[in-house]
Amino acid sequence: MPTKLIVNGSVRNVSAEGNTPLLWVLRDELALTGTKFGCGMGLCGSCTVLADGEAIRSCSAPLSVVAGKKITTIEGLSANGDHPLQRAWTEENVAQCGYCQAGQIMQAAALLKKNKAPSDSDIDTAMEGNACRCGTYQRIRKAIHRAAGEVTS
Amino acid sequence: MNVVKVSRRDFVKVAGAGSAGLVLALRFPISARGDAKKTAALGTYVEITPAGDVIIYVPQQEMGQGVRTALPMIVADELDADWSRVKVRQAEIDPKFGSLGTGGSGSVQGRWMELRKAGATARAMLVAAAAARWGVDAKDVTVANGVITHGDQRLAFGDVAEDASKLPVPKDVTLKDPSKFTIIGRKANRVDNRDVVTGKATFGADVHVAGMLYAVVARSPVFGGTPATVDDTRAKSLPGVKQVVRVDAIGTDLPWSGVAVVADSTWHAIKGREALVVKWNEGANATESTTRIREAMLRGLTSPDPFRFRNKGDVDAALASAATKIESIYELPFLAHATMEPQNATVSVTDSGTDVWAPTQFPDSAQRALARALKLKPEQIKVHTTLLGGGFGRRINNDYVLEAALISKAVGAPVHVQWTREDDMTHDFFRPASMHKLTGGLDANGNLVAYLHRMAMPSVRSYYRSKGDLSEARGLDEFFELVPNSRGEFVLVDTPVPRGWWRAVGAVANGFVIQSFLDEMAHAAHKDPIDFQLALLGKGTVIPSSDKEEKDYPFSGDRVRALIETVRDKSGWDKPLPPGRARGFAWLYDSLTPCAQVAEVSVGKDGTPRVHRVTAAIDCGIAVNPDGVAAQVEGGVMFGLTAAMKDAITIANGRVQQSNFNDYELLRIRDMPVVDVHIMPSDHLPTGTGEPPVPPIAPAVANALFALTGKRVRKLPIVA
Repeated sequence: MPTKLIVNGSVRNVSAEGNTPLLWVLRDELALTGTKFGCGMGLCGSCTVLADGEAIRSCSAPLSVVAGKKITTIEGLSANGDHPLQRAWTEENVAQCGYCQAGQIMQAAALLKKNKAPSDSDIDTAMEGNACRCGTYQRIRKAIHRAAGEVTS
Repeated sequence: MNVVKVSRRDFVKVAGAGSAGLVLALRFPISARGDAKKTAALGTYVEITPAGDVIIYVPQQEMGQGVRTALPMIVADELDADWSRVKVRQAEIDPKFGSLGTGGSGSVQGRWMELRKAGATARAMLVAAAAARWGVDAKDVTVANGVITHGDQRLAFGDVAEDASKLPVPKDVTLKDPSKFTIIGRKANRVDNRDVVTGKATFGADVHVAGMLYAVVARSPVFGGTPATVDDTRAKSLPGVKQVVRVDAIGTDLPWSGVAVVADSTWHAIKGREALVVKWNEGANATESTTRIREAMLRGLTSPDPFRFRNKGDVDAALASAATKIESIYELPFLAHATMEPQNATVSVTDSGTDVWAPTQFPDSAQRALARALKLKPEQIKVHTTLLGGGFGRRINNDYVLEAALISKAVGAPVHVQWTREDDMTHDFFRPASMHKLTGGLDANGNLVAYLHRMAMPSVRSYYRSKGDLSEARGLDEFFELVPNSRGEFVLVDTPVPRGWWRAVGAVANGFVIQSFLDEMAHAAHKDPIDFQLALLGKGTVIPSSDKEEKDYPFSGDRVRALIETVRDKSGWDKPLPPGRARGFAWLYDSLTPCAQVAEVSVGKDGTPRVHRVTAAIDCGIAVNPDGVAAQVEGGVMFGLTAAMKDAITIANGRVQQSNFNDYELLRIRDMPVVDVHIMPSDHLPTGTGEPPVPPIAPAVANALFALTGKRVRKLPIVA
């Protein structure tokens, strides 16, 4: 019995069992590999996507729970890769290895939806669950401030 | 003076370098997509398309250090290319590229001249072709920003590339005067930025090939254990599980035996593994523990017959006659690499050939390891490297690639082996734990006249049963030289705990130890810690490298002095701080690059230290991409700070006790200090920046905590 999943504006029928974490449905079944596996326990944030605009850890979100919600992955954040956060990340050269950055950007996108002008402290609170082993946090903070000035919707 | 070579490239000799192979088409989505047949090759590294795109091959692996941006910048500058037209391609194994192995902060330093010549060679060929077409003298032709000019005549690279490719490749080319650089030394955005921010960048974990199956492996929890009995009845009854196969390490380079569950998706493989019932032959290693290793290291600190790796002057006599003598013991734990991308590899072993897609720092040694295990010739194995989701030395070992190959061979299909975080944390090659006893002597004027350093620890090299350089002594050469009487002593502690190279290797432990100890000595001498270290440096000090391959890179005390004065001034070292804050200083010379840091700290009500600001200066010679250098310093500080504050791998019953980021924590954005980076202006040869920023932060913080609280940190992590 396929499950209907709404991903990046399209309805997709997926065959994975209901207990399958969304992460593996996205990566293995839908070939949306921008969302990364980091820890499998919601500890690192590499797998962050939006579900109805809220940031969730897709590694710990069973398919049955998110079916029906509007899922946005890094591939669907903007049509042309030009979301203010994506541009800011490029301008600030945030990424080093880049592996955690899709999760960082999706978490930041959820923050900017609610808070158009976050302070450093707001950023620290919102981004606390997203680990970066390369230590790019200083530039993440700068990039979020840069993007915040441009977000209109 | 007795000197044992301390190499930062020792892993090359273990992991291996250089190998024959095939030229292969690139499959990186981030590489240029031009039709290879229509591009014109101008020497080894440059191809130009008819449309004028400049394709530059990058021989080293990208793991976050920015090598895919910095190396092409070197070529493009000598070529006088339009940087916006440069497309980067990852080189695959081919003798013409030399070793693709990546580590030791050696990419820019090691490739500098070769890549400049590559750019200049391609430029000379374009100029010759243009001159021939115009019938003019090549010396009257100029090139700038991708345009070839003679008088009023202009040609784009694409117009003459085909002609140029038919000319002989010149042997001698003239390199630019560095004052004429237009790309080197200016900020360039990372070439992979767009792919990263849109989710299109391909890491090893993202590889998908037709017919691919997914595997996860149950590996022995005890070092060296093997499966005794396997009950896979329930696992095989689960949805999607295709096969359960043993992975036998015996007779291979693989450190761990295990049982692989092969399924039609990662999740099905994970669930299948949960359902496996494996009893392990744990063997003799099941009693190993951190407690035993610590006891052995402690004994080593006083054992009678250490290996003397350095000996200068008469340290015993100098200590006996010293006005002040101080002895301190320091201790550091095992550490995991914890790359954000857990280990993984995709391998297809077929009768007609073997393909590998893997995030590896050493594709060449992956090829050789697979050739040995599969009894093939190296050239029968095609290694396609992907982006690496972090490396830090973990991916010098290719165990995860070899494991995937054995599983693919066993099941007769392409297999993607995915490690979970728990697999990754418990089956790493760990930075070895160590204990250090330092004894220092001051004369009546407070000058350091004696330095005795005994270290007791498992070495990296001994794990691979190979002899030679002592990477555990890395980062100390200059201090042994600067102190009139000095001796280095090493006592090997045996353990089955796997060891590997961890970003900056021995320099991280030694940096903490020597820079904390010099702070202790400065306080004992009643001197300002920075003044004390400047006095130790002396004036005009030059120390030749002990490594012949690095003869063009002598240590310069005056360059370090300027560096230290920079952090002193920029940090406001002499200016008072508000109550509750203090500063600490440290520096180290690693990978031919000195880095100095001043950390400003406070301690919270719960006793937890907090680092507010780090002023860092680095002298890496010519900074090819200054923004990239700054990124390495910012990130290196955070990498070193995480180790200093939080992390330890401990062993009990032959097993690693940590498993995920709940018990092996990474610092978060809230913990990130402001890192203020100063790159020393320089026209010296460029040197590495991936590792040198890591060692100074732990001692800078520890020394600041001493200034604040009067308590000396001699054991890491600080918050245990």
